[in-house]
Amino acid sequence: MNSIIFSAAARLLVALMFVFSLFMLLRGHHLPGGGFIGGLIGAVSFIVYSLACGPAEARKALRISPEVIAMLGLGVALLAGMFSFFMGDPLFTGQWYWVGGDSYETSAFSINTVLVFDVGVYLVVLGGILSLTYAFEEET
Amino acid sequence: MADHSDPNVPWKTLSGLGTSGLTAILFLYFLQFLGPVAASEPVRFVWDWIPSLDVSLSFYIDGLSLMFALLITGIGAMVMLYAAKYLAGHKHYDRFAIYLFSFMLSMLGLVLADNLIALFVFWELTTFTSYLLIGFIHTDEKSRRNALQALLLTATGGLAMLAGFILIGITQGTFELSELNAAGTLADQPFYLLILILVLAGAFTKSAQVPFHFWLPNAMAAPTPVSAYLHSATMVKAGVYLLARMHPSLSGSDVWVWTLSIFGAVTAVFASFMALRQTDLKQTLAYTTLMALGTLTMFLAGSSGYAITAAMTFLLVHSLYKAGLFLMIGVVDHSTGTRDANVLGGLKSSMPITAAAAAAAGLAMAGIPPFLGFIAKEVAYAGALEMQLMIFIVPMALVAFALMFAVAGIVAYKPFYGPQGELPHEPHEGPWPMLLGPVVLGVLGLLFGLLPGISAYYLIEPAVAAVMGAPDVGGRVKLWAGFNLPLLLSLITFALGFVIYQRHLALRERLAHIEARAADLDAGWDRLLEHFVTYTKIQTRLIQTGVLRQYMFATFAVFAATVLVTLMARNVGGISLQFAGLSFMEWGVALLILAGSVLVVLTSSRIVGLVALGVVGIGVALIFIMFSAPDVAITQLLVELLVVVLLALAFLKMPNLDPSGSQTHSFPNAVLAVTVGVLTTIVVLLVVDQPFDRRLTDFFEAASWTEAFGRNIVNVILVDFRTLDTFGEIAVVAVAALGAFALLKGFARARDARGGDK
Repeated sequence: MNSIIFSAAARLLVALMFVFSLFMLLRGHHLPGGGFIGGLIGAVSFIVYSLACGPAEARKALRISPEVIAMLGLGVALLAGMFSFFMGDPLFTGQWYWVGGDSYETSAFSINTVLVFDVGVYLVVLGGILSLTYAFEEET
Repeated sequence: MADHSDPNVPWKTLSGLGTSGLTAILFLYFLQFLGPVAASEPVRFVWDWIPSLDVSLSFYIDGLSLMFALLITGIGAMVMLYAAKYLAGHKHYDRFAIYLFSFMLSMLGLVLADNLIALFVFWELTTFTSYLLIGFIHTDEKSRRNALQALLLTATGGLAMLAGFILIGITQGTFELSELNAAGTLADQPFYLLILILVLAGAFTKSAQVPFHFWLPNAMAAPTPVSAYLHSATMVKAGVYLLARMHPSLSGSDVWVWTLSIFGAVTAVFASFMALRQTDLKQTLAYTTLMALGTLTMFLAGSSGYAITAAMTFLLVHSLYKAGLFLMIGVVDHSTGTRDANVLGGLKSSMPITAAAAAAAGLAMAGIPPFLGFIAKEVAYAGALEMQLMIFIVPMALVAFALMFAVAGIVAYKPFYGPQGELPHEPHEGPWPMLLGPVVLGVLGLLFGLLPGISAYYLIEPAVAAVMGAPDVGGRVKLWAGFNLPLLLSLITFALGFVIYQRHLALRERLAHIEARAADLDAGWDRLLEHFVTYTKIQTRLIQTGVLRQYMFATFAVFAATVLVTLMARNVGGISLQFAGLSFMEWGVALLILAGSVLVVLTSSRIVGLVALGVVGIGVALIFIMFSAPDVAITQLLVELLVVVLLALAFLKMPNLDPSGSQTHSFPNAVLAVTVGVLTTIVVLLVVDQPFDRRLTDFFEAASWTEAFGRNIVNVILVDFRTLDTFGEIAVVAVAALGAFALLKGFARARDARGGDK
């Protein structure tokens, strides 16, 4: 698509949408959002970019090939799930560590495998959809 | 065939000495159990494996499993040392050592497992590792084919056996062999016959009973150490082991006695004639192994002390002399370059140690006193005389043992004495790593015979006790049992065997004539596979048409049919429609969705259809928002967006829709679409009519914050309560994306390769 307006606007939009997708990913545990929705929004942001500037440019912007991102996400999710196994719990049991306290209320923040798993979901969705879309676009 | 290594190549590699050494350590480890087990104290180790399915990793060491474990590790260590020299310098030797070692461990697991499911897993592991070993010379097509044949045949039997095991587990409530055997015979239980047939299918294919025998001689395509180890001493005995292991549970019926007697006897006699017919000494040994397996099966048919003692003694002596003979043939082959019985002769002077080892093994095989083979034969005759089908078993055993006497002469005497033939290489004595095995095994055969009391107390009687499920009275294994019927039968055997040996050349020609006219099961196997491939091709062509529209039609048709049948069979009540109380907004969204759907069907433009479909999707998303499910609504909107983008990209490459709107498939498609729509609506209305079950909802509402520290229940379910499901889903997403990517890129590459338009 050779529209200067679109490609100029796209550069701004893409950055905003991508940040928004991370925002949706992180707030997911308490408010609407999460890895799946975040991943979809992230994928849409890069699709907009590829429509504006072409798939070659979009691939360059992504730096890592989308197939690798998807597989990486699957690995991250699996590791997050297996972590509990090494801690002696059944597979895929969420593990929580409170920083600066010993419960949700008293701690400053928490480190947990649930969010790591959601990051894996995010990466799989982002990478999966982008690898499909880019392949489609490059077909032409 | 890269069967013969250069004598100057270094053979002391890590993989060779390492695997051999580890196996020897295992052998020493198992030796310590000899005392306790002989004092009838079986040892049991248990680890939970899959407790929800009642599958545990339990190991049980009693007389039977200990004898097997010692044979597996003892012969294994010597074979691995032998192989290190035999295959020294082979570029894939390291691979071979790993295969052989993994086989040894699987086989060890098989004989020690107390849980039937664990036993099955190890069973199939031996199948798999032996596939790799038979096909080791993978550049040879015949070797690959024979490996596949062994794999298919034994794995099929293994699956039947698994079904039998599961039946046992369901009907008896336990998978533990020690508990099953303690409970006594299953002969009066329901499904006994089915269980027996299924388990025997596994045992008979693994132990190559006629008519499943043909894979074993073919498996000789493997390098000689493999034949010596897998196809004489260990793996092929797994079937016999299973029969012995399950003897207390499965025996005790006429079916057991008749089936095992007939299959065993036919295999034994058939195989011993076939052994006489072969000229390749390795093939001769392969058939004598078959003969031994048949004999063992035949004696396991019985339940008397002598029959079982015969089976266990013969098992021990056969493992010793057969592994020794195979290794010896390998040495001869290595040294002279041939295994042809017609050519070999007079090697005694050039290979004295090999000749001595061969003589020891041969004398044990022929059953000459004071070797253990003699005792085995005496006990065997005593056992045969006690069997239910004595009138049938005794003559069959006599023929088989007499033929074996003759074959022992062909294999162990003839190559070393008499005139020397035209040999490809000048014969020389083999290197020590290759001689160690045959010599040790030969000496053991003699020692066990000279000290019958010790071998009986530590090895044979505990094994007999394990098979019979009761302490053994003992005292049957002795070198001199007095003048009795077995001794007379032994003398007849020697006489008959000697006559056969004298005339074996003439007999071999006669047998070759008969064989040429007999049905060839091996070729039949190839035909069977061909037919199977043809059938699958037809099936694939019928089901996989490659037209997406037909797949969709079939999927929806099956869906409609199953729902329709269920609805009619369940005789569901009436459906009440209530339009009162719908808000203006809800009416508006419903009309929007309806308008979109009608437009999709009627339009002749793909882009219009796509937009109309988008309208439907957004309408659905609006419904989600109205019923306060923001997560689902956001996902729905985003997916709609992506669908529009992807389809728009795809449409660029598709032809226009038929402008006249009269497509050939329209009418059936319309009928199916309406049916699916109406049925889905009915099902949804019926579901809504049911009182809403709040149990899960209540649980998640309560637990989401207290247990998973999250307020967004949808997300908490996805990433915490149902993580495994989510993981499965993202795996599907990733695999589907990869698959589509590969297809699209693959097409592009294929088109580029053709030099087509891009």
